Amino acid sequence: MPRSGAYDEIWGASGSREGRPEFKHLADWIRDTDTVEFDRRQAAAEAAFRQLGITFAVYGQEEAGERIIPFDIVPRVFTAPEWEQLSTGLVQRVEAINAFLDDLYGAQRILKDGVVPAELVLANAQFRPLLMGARPPHGIYAHICGIDLVRTGPTDFFVLEDNARTPSGVSYMLENREAMLRLCPELFQTYDVLPVDTYPDRLRETLESVSPRSDHPVCVLLTPGHFNSAFYEHSFLADSMGIELVEAADLEVDDDIVWMRTIDGRVRVDVIYRRIDDDYLDPLFFRPDSMLGVPGLLAAYLAGNVTLVNAPGTGIADDKAIYSYMPDIVRYYSGGEAKLPNVETYRCREPQALQYTLDNLADLVVKLVDGSGGYGMLVGPTASSAEIEAFRAALIAEPHRYIAQPTLALSTVPTLVKDGIAPRHVDFRPFCLTGADGVSIVPGGLTRVALKEGSLVVNSSQGGGTKDSLILAPSRQTIDPDGMHQTLGKMSQTMGRGMKPMQSMGRR
Amino acid sequence: MLARTAASLYWIGRYVERAEFTSRLLEATIRFDALSSRPAGEAAWDSALAVAAADQGFDATGADRTAANVSRYLTLDPANPGSIRSCLDAARSNSKSVRTALSRDAWEAINRAWLGIRQATSGGNYATLALVETLRAEARGFEGALHRMLRNEAYFFLGLGAAIERADNTARLIDVKYHLLLPEGEEVGGAVDRDQWTTILHTVSANTAYRWLYRDQPKPWRVADLLILRRQMPRSLLASADEVVGLLTALAKLRGLQGEADRAARTRQATLANSTISTIFAGGLHEWLGCYIVENARIDRLVSTQFRFA
Repeated sequence: MPRSGAYDEIWGASGSREGRPEFKHLADWIRDTDTVEFDRRQAAAEAAFRQLGITFAVYGQEEAGERIIPFDIVPRVFTAPEWEQLSTGLVQRVEAINAFLDDLYGAQRILKDGVVPAELVLANAQFRPLLMGARPPHGIYAHICGIDLVRTGPTDFFVLEDNARTPSGVSYMLENREAMLRLCPELFQTYDVLPVDTYPDRLRETLESVSPRSDHPVCVLLTPGHFNSAFYEHSFLADSMGIELVEAADLEVDDDIVWMRTIDGRVRVDVIYRRIDDDYLDPLFFRPDSMLGVPGLLAAYLAGNVTLVNAPGTGIADDKAIYSYMPDIVRYYSGGEAKLPNVETYRCREPQALQYTLDNLADLVVKLVDGSGGYGMLVGPTASSAEIEAFRAALIAEPHRYIAQPTLALSTVPTLVKDGIAPRHVDFRPFCLTGADGVSIVPGGLTRVALKEGSLVVNSSQGGGTKDSLILAPSRQTIDPDGMHQTLGKMSQTMGRGMKPMQSMGRR
Repeated sequence: MLARTAASLYWIGRYVERAEFTSRLLEATIRFDALSSRPAGEAAWDSALAVAAADQGFDATGADRTAANVSRYLTLDPANPGSIRSCLDAARSNSKSVRTALSRDAWEAINRAWLGIRQATSGGNYATLALVETLRAEARGFEGALHRMLRNEAYFFLGLGAAIERADNTARLIDVKYHLLLPEGEEVGGAVDRDQWTTILHTVSANTAYRWLYRDQPKPWRVADLLILRRQMPRSLLASADEVVGLLTALAKLRGLQGEADRAARTRQATLANSTISTIFAGGLHEWLGCYIVENARIDRLVSTQFRFA
């Protein structure tokens, strides 16, 4: 069973399966559709994903080879007011993240004003002092942010984690929608869903807007290669933006200018959307043993001849030790309270917090400040006593490496499981783009679902799945089964029963 | 276009072509084996290995040259770099790294073929035929997808790899069949002989074409004429030479420059177009084909240099 008191986003808090008033039709659809039919559609979606090669590799599981991330056919839906609440909070947070980075690699006012402890930044491996003073175009460092959100009630959203390095998963947002449009077209006839397929165009515009040269900037996507777990996404994005997908061997740096090798010789590169971690970018600068990097790339960046997206050194902003200061950071740069609150966080580096954590291990979630992907994490309520004791020892030995958070009653969404449809816990990662014109967020995101009953861990590396996330258009137009009437801009039209609304056909 | 991308596309073209050719070769060999009485049937498997240039590799495995062993080696053996499985592995791996240059359909055809062979297990001739049938369908799907692709560099490099590979395969096929199966003094026209030539035509799916062109039962010199000099025959050496010139010209038009590969390809085309089958026979078919294979390999190298593959 889901954790008691968990809020279901479709069915509501009551425990009944009637559905929240705005989702009554969806609840009916879930109830009235045969499980066999759901199974068939879900299998069709997964077969299509496999055929397309939308796969990922799980590290440390050689024999597993290529797997697809399980896809769940029941979508998650946000109403327009919910999305409004989320997106204003996201814009505020992402602006603060960029202002914070611009400050840290510049004047460091926030440290001088004592809002964030200086040693937490300066002694952090994610902070790169060598990059200080090299301000990227428009002072934007984290052009692409994936903000992980969780929900506990009708209007209670929390930021669980910021991803300001190279957040992945956006291809699932796009491919899941394609699958849903094909397999459950009836939902899109009932609900007026905002499109997500503008993402690649917006991403390309974002890349072009931060180019150091203004006319016809050449943008490329730098991938570690096709053995990387997210390679499908790299090629998918490069393809849908119409830019070259390059590997390090395709690039060379000459006199601080980056070139790519083409069949006609060298072509100058202006913007690199890199999907390689900082450490592997440039063997002359970071790890000398890196086979993935481009020698001289950082020198070209420091000389201002190429823009790296995201900029190197952004890891300091999504560090879990910094995370607990985010409400202060947002207040410092925006002048207002954070519209999206943090999950309450105990910094184990502080003695009282450590004591509290040790006293309540069975109820808390404990995380490594530099862990990710669901590794290095203790979920107290579901952990064995041996696991708890192991974490206790680790905490006492190196308290500064850990934070602790209360176990939240994460919201659930109806999900197709072996025995039919049942609630499963979810989180949500929208993707925020920051370019010369500010922050833009495509109305959608990646919903991850913990397929195991009661589990709170949604990471794909830990057996989580994904769902499509539908954002409804502001003026909700539920279509009456007996026909519809709607006003669309200056156009007004009436349609009979069973016809597809023009307005959604035009948009897709 | 990135030089690495161009190289990968070129090799995808080559690998898919080789996988398809080997499929056809197997199909024809099984047919010939079934039609003939022993030991002529066993010789079919020897010659299949020779055509695929896999005889030394096969002998190194120490296995007997039985139909089952040879067909497993040519289809599924990962230790054989020219096996259908190895070709599809390489084609898919290249396709993955240049996904952006391939259309979705083209990628899906390769991926489906790869998924198909990954699940295949070795069985008897029936299983092999079923597998070969599927692979040929996938190869046709790939070709169909190619023809729907934008006529840009990606398309031209894929086609170039396929045309170069096809020229090599056809030349090998004629050479081995002629050399091995028609020793000097052997009488032409017996039943086994007719089956041999039918097998060759089957391998390049030219049985019907032959009848339309010559209205005669398969005769060695006519089969050679068809496979070397007939422009109408898509797998003939001249048709492949035409195709290479056409694709290089299209690339030159896009890029505004030509190179050594263009000149070599045009020279080869002109020489072939001015040849007759009697002059080729006069100088010795085997020697002539040997030179052709060497020249084809040289054009392959010139293409790599001209487009900075390495």
